[in-house]
Amino acid sequence: MELTKENLLDMYRQMVTIRLFEQNLMHYAGEGHVPGTGHVSIGEEAIAVGACRALAPQDYIISTHRAHGHLIARGTHIPTMLAEVFGKATGCTGGKGGSMHLSDFDRNILGTNGIVGGGINIAGGVGLTIKMKKTDQVSVCFFGDGASNRGVFHEGFNLASLWKIPVVYICTNNQYAMTLPLCKNCANQDISARATAYDMPGLRVDGTDVIAVYEAVSGALERARQGGGPSLIEIIAFRLQGHSMRMDAMPDGSSYRPEGEIADWWDNKDPIKIFREKLYGLGYLDDEVAATLEAAAKKDIDEATEFALNSPEPKPESIYEWIYA
Amino acid sequence: MAQRQISYREAVAEAIIEEMTRDDRVFLMGEDIAVVGGAFGATKGILAAFGEERVMDTPISETAIVGYAVGAAMTGLRPVVEIMRCDWMTICMDEIVNQAAKMRYFTAGRPEMAMVIRTATEGGIGLGAQHSQSFEAWFAHIPGLKVVMPSTPYDVKGLLKSAIRDPNPVIFMEPIILYGTSGPVPKEDYTIPLGQADVKREGKDATIVCWGAVTSRVMNAAKMLADEGIDTEVIDIRTIRPLDIEAILASVRKTGRLVVAHEANKTGGFGAEIVAQVQEKAFDHLDAPIQRVAANDVLIPINRNLELMVLPREEQVIAGVKAVL
Repeated sequence: MELTKENLLDMYRQMVTIRLFEQNLMHYAGEGHVPGTGHVSIGEEAIAVGACRALAPQDYIISTHRAHGHLIARGTHIPTMLAEVFGKATGCTGGKGGSMHLSDFDRNILGTNGIVGGGINIAGGVGLTIKMKKTDQVSVCFFGDGASNRGVFHEGFNLASLWKIPVVYICTNNQYAMTLPLCKNCANQDISARATAYDMPGLRVDGTDVIAVYEAVSGALERARQGGGPSLIEIIAFRLQGHSMRMDAMPDGSSYRPEGEIADWWDNKDPIKIFREKLYGLGYLDDEVAATLEAAAKKDIDEATEFALNSPEPKPESIYEWIYA
Repeated sequence: MAQRQISYREAVAEAIIEEMTRDDRVFLMGEDIAVVGGAFGATKGILAAFGEERVMDTPISETAIVGYAVGAAMTGLRPVVEIMRCDWMTICMDEIVNQAAKMRYFTAGRPEMAMVIRTATEGGIGLGAQHSQSFEAWFAHIPGLKVVMPSTPYDVKGLLKSAIRDPNPVIFMEPIILYGTSGPVPKEDYTIPLGQADVKREGKDATIVCWGAVTSRVMNAAKMLADEGIDTEVIDIRTIRPLDIEAILASVRKTGRLVVAHEANKTGGFGAEIVAQVQEKAFDHLDAPIQRVAANDVLIPINRNLELMVLPREEQVIAGVKAVL
């Protein structure tokens, strides 16, 4: 499907919303409102928005610990999500799962996951259901470059391809597994090349280009829907923050990243900046429209924050809830 | 008319066939379960009855087998998967402990997680230290899992049918040495509730609590003790989690003496949990320190005589009972 001007502007608004949500989250984490930790995707917004725009409403998402963007791009109720991250009773699991265990069954988001690579096999099983029930759906699995080195990557990929399961594997390669750079993680730094080993297509896409992401994911979805089986899309991303809000630097406060890298990426690899320039170039966006969209995004985040801050703490007896054995 | 006698492995297959007939959401996956009917013959004939769409041989990929089952269960199917040996459940512990057991909690109870993981457990047939272990204590430690270990053909049919109908993940452990044993099994549909112990022999002098393959040896020992005028009560708990502690307490209140027998290693075995609960809840009824009869804290050797030395036999059960009298 060709993206219209309205689609593109809405995608821009979504990217800004994700950015504001996470910057806001980092602020409130600093204020002590986020139990434990959270993993922001600042710099990776084009992947969430491009991929989710390509999905049909009936498709499933299985995601990772770095998933706020995937939910927002899918239209999840942001106040409920933020309340969950704050550990409040009004969150999607009553404040017991937090940032790493978000889900939204109304939008077929079956869950994010605290285990790196934990969703890869689950997504295969979701695809197996689709195949067995013969429904017109696809299972979409987000994971990262770190997960690509786990054994589940091999087992899950092999079985999905062997059984022609309708799955689209989206590997967000943000070039760091926690603190370790890609060159120290992957013998072959082209993760998409591994698809060949499983007899499936492997694509490499620029993660700063939201339209390229949309097009690549659309193609893989179509292939899966036609019974062609799984695809791997490696999307090169630029993580502009630390691994998590707890782990941003070396113990002494210095950076584990090359000097100047983050500044360079902010200048040259920020997907929102790149998309904004593109939209200006197309004549779809000007300062006035941009301000309107950004104000709408900010209003959503402000309302969500108000809701989350004012939500009640979970009741003590809720510790037993949803445990059946 | 004499009751029909069938083997433990035939009872497993019969339970699965009845449940697959009753509910078309039930399907099988595992290594060598389809064409050859299982490494131990417990799924023989099921492929012929239901076809390869519902009875699937998988690659040797334990994480994929269980992970795919999680995804399939989350989307409404009811997978019954086989991990050929309990020892190899170690390979897919993330999928069992972090995914299957926690998924309902992380999703506010939204999907059912109806999945059964069948596995051949315990030793006694010379398969050695990586093919003879029994990890029921590990699984019983995890909220969200149910753990079952039937000791007779009658029990395995009724309990497996209950496990398949349960909306939660069930670890279903089948003692390998029992597959060839026979016993009366009704042809008609029946279930045995999970969490219900079976008083196999009533007695007044001491209680012996057991499960799995050691149960038949405990029954032999009870007969030998009866010849000496010692009247023991034998309880097969059948389900490890949830534990029918009330049945055990009722017996201990009557006899005042308790021996717990199992085939897993003694240290950290599930027997320790039963001992702890009994002293917490019925200390005043105990007339002697509780005894445990279990495998020595060693690895299981393949040599027949050495294996027999390590695994608990009638002699150790009798010695255990005499120690509490």
